[in-house]
Amino acid sequence: MNKALLSGNEAVARGAYEAGCQVACAYPGTPSTEILEEISKYKEIYCEWSVNEKVALEVALGASLAGARSLCAMKHVGLNVASDPLFSSAYIGVKGGFIIVSCDDPGMHSSQNEQDNRFYGLFAKIPVLSPSDSQEAKDLVIRGFEISEEFDIPVILRMTTRVSHCKSVVTLGERKEKEIKGYKKEVSKTNLLPQFAKKRHILLEEKIEKLKEYSNNFPYNRFEKGRDDLLVIADGVAYQYAKEIFSDASFLKLTMVYPFPDKLVKEICKNYKEIIVVEEVDPFIELMVKSLGFKVKGKDYLPKTDELNPDKLKVFIKKEAAVEIKSDNLPKRPPALCPGCPHIGTFYLLQKKDYVISGDIGCYTLGALAPHYAMDSCVCMGASITLACGIEKVNKKINDQRPIIAIIGDSTFFHMGIPGVLNMVYNKSDIILFILDNQTTGMTGHQDHPGTGKTLMKEKTKRILPEDIVRACGIEDVYVLNPYKIKENKKIIDKLLKEKKQAVVVMREPCIFLKKREKPKEVDIELCTGCKLCLRLGCPAISYYDNKAKIDKNFCIGCGMCIEVCPKGAIK
Amino acid sequence: MKTTNILICGIGGQGVLLFSDILGEVAMENGLSVKKSEVKGMAQRGGSVVSHLRFGENVYSPLIPLKEAHFLVSMEKLEALRYLDYLREDGILITDDFYLPPLPILVGETEFDFNIIDKNLKEKVKNLYYLPCQKMASELGDIRVSNIILLGFLSNFLDFKIEDYFKVMERNIKKEYLEINKKAFQKGREIFSQ
Repeated sequence: MNKALLSGNEAVARGAYEAGCQVACAYPGTPSTEILEEISKYKEIYCEWSVNEKVALEVALGASLAGARSLCAMKHVGLNVASDPLFSSAYIGVKGGFIIVSCDDPGMHSSQNEQDNRFYGLFAKIPVLSPSDSQEAKDLVIRGFEISEEFDIPVILRMTTRVSHCKSVVTLGERKEKEIKGYKKEVSKTNLLPQFAKKRHILLEEKIEKLKEYSNNFPYNRFEKGRDDLLVIADGVAYQYAKEIFSDASFLKLTMVYPFPDKLVKEICKNYKEIIVVEEVDPFIELMVKSLGFKVKGKDYLPKTDELNPDKLKVFIKKEAAVEIKSDNLPKRPPALCPGCPHIGTFYLLQKKDYVISGDIGCYTLGALAPHYAMDSCVCMGASITLACGIEKVNKKINDQRPIIAIIGDSTFFHMGIPGVLNMVYNKSDIILFILDNQTTGMTGHQDHPGTGKTLMKEKTKRILPEDIVRACGIEDVYVLNPYKIKENKKIIDKLLKEKKQAVVVMREPCIFLKKREKPKEVDIELCTGCKLCLRLGCPAISYYDNKAKIDKNFCIGCGMCIEVCPKGAIK
Repeated sequence: MKTTNILICGIGGQGVLLFSDILGEVAMENGLSVKKSEVKGMAQRGGSVVSHLRFGENVYSPLIPLKEAHFLVSMEKLEALRYLDYLREDGILITDDFYLPPLPILVGETEFDFNIIDKNLKEKVKNLYYLPCQKMASELGDIRVSNIILLGFLSNFLDFKIEDYFKVMERNIKKEYLEINKKAFQKGREIFSQ
């Protein structure tokens, strides 16, 4: 049999392929990004980087209504952006099977919160499948399409970082083509006018009742007989940790966590005196089991914050605080902007000043850290501009004279920044907006977007420039600068900071991963006075030894920003 | 067969993930159950990177419990010390003898006496191997293959055949870099017998 070592994300892509999926959409976001990157390798599936998650969900829903199996994927907070069509899609239902993949990030390895999207199932009345490894991720995509079509409802596949990015062995199957049914008018189903929506809501409640029965008999909600005195209930990767620690216990492995399999859980729980629920982040299963009248040990032992690991589960046995690794006294190695990163050139001109700097989501969020200290906030995609709008209104009232700056990346600008620009023009906000245009979606690993002129399927398309959009939105003062030219830029930016009028500055230079390295620069030790100005760039290629600056030739990409800031001309 | 636990660590860009991908696939080719876990995204940008690799008859958790790693392989010494709590008392530490100060130290925001790295590693680890991989990789002509030198060295302690590693490398490494990676593997494997 054909086997492969696949990550959970690769397995989701494989499942979509084998299930005859026709359309797949996503906006990149860790830990979900690789799903669409992998799907794009299967030529049978149309796939796209949609502009944002709301768009992705709607495009995939449209494809489903046209009768094709479709899928959209996003990180957990992406589902917040897509939550508006999510709720409506539950009412409307599907034609072709429709799966929404939500990759949650317990531990916040690369996110701003650790929300538990199992609750979206309960909230929006959409079934939730929770795989615990790659094989299950693949199988549940195939199963999910079937459930979606059988019950005329979207299905949420809820992954987490340790399922998405963990690799395990998967058995591969062949693709089974599904006939595309084609678009048919069915207004009372797809048009949620109140008179139609009322009926759809009643129908949805009926579907959920039927799905509860399905969940009670779903083979992936599995009882594993072990010791008679201990039952462990777990889902997702938490099940794998629990199997490691409670090797001889009885297990109830839950996979369809919504609708909750009440009967099955009751049937099993009544035979056990001690019941432990192991799950990451919020007590979702625990609340459900408790509501059935059973006493369980769960979040009164396990933390509600951060991801789990096998060691944390030992609290149930030892009754002492979870074991943590003790390397806290060592210097941390936080992520940093890359050597020669064009964002460095922007932050150098804004660093350590008392400006209001409203930030956004991307590599450049690292501008908040040493030695840049040039980003005050990071809320959600696009919030840089709109948060600044609010601050500006208050500061004007109290005559606070500090310049108000917003910083957003190119991909984030296209995702959700444009309404903010319209708002700042319409409501007359004097904000200096920097669009850091490195011509890619950097943090998630270099995906195309409307500003790159290429699609996910590697086709050429119209390239849309941020400066054209902001001009069309009504911004009059627009600059396009090269962030490496620090000296020239300083003159323009200092003037803007003094005037404090509405303006947009596009800082354009490709991400270092998209261009060839140039010859590394060198420090002339005779001329270097050890003033450390170049160190303020925070370029990882520059260090300080024996009172002189030193450039690591293995790291330096030859961008020349250090030459711009050296007052002695000591770098060549 | 009992589960073998290998923790691989280093800095974003050093090839930690390629290392564990290759070894994971070699274990799969040998019919074993494999679990491998790492974190991508923000943490990769010059930050500390760690990969958990486990293989055996039936592996559940993709994360290695503390004090359960049979091997700790590190591409940088400070990172070796950072993850030392994962190593069993009788475990083996293989690390590149290379220290890269984290950015806050490079720019003078934090101070750190790097001599405590060697002191700690030597005090705490019974089975310790320092390898000058970066230097050896430079001599081979590409500093980036130092991860594969470490893999070659580690292969002496595992029961897989060289041909298995090469077969997997052919799948995972671009043609133009294959030859130098194979050389790096051989080099790492041979140091042990010297």
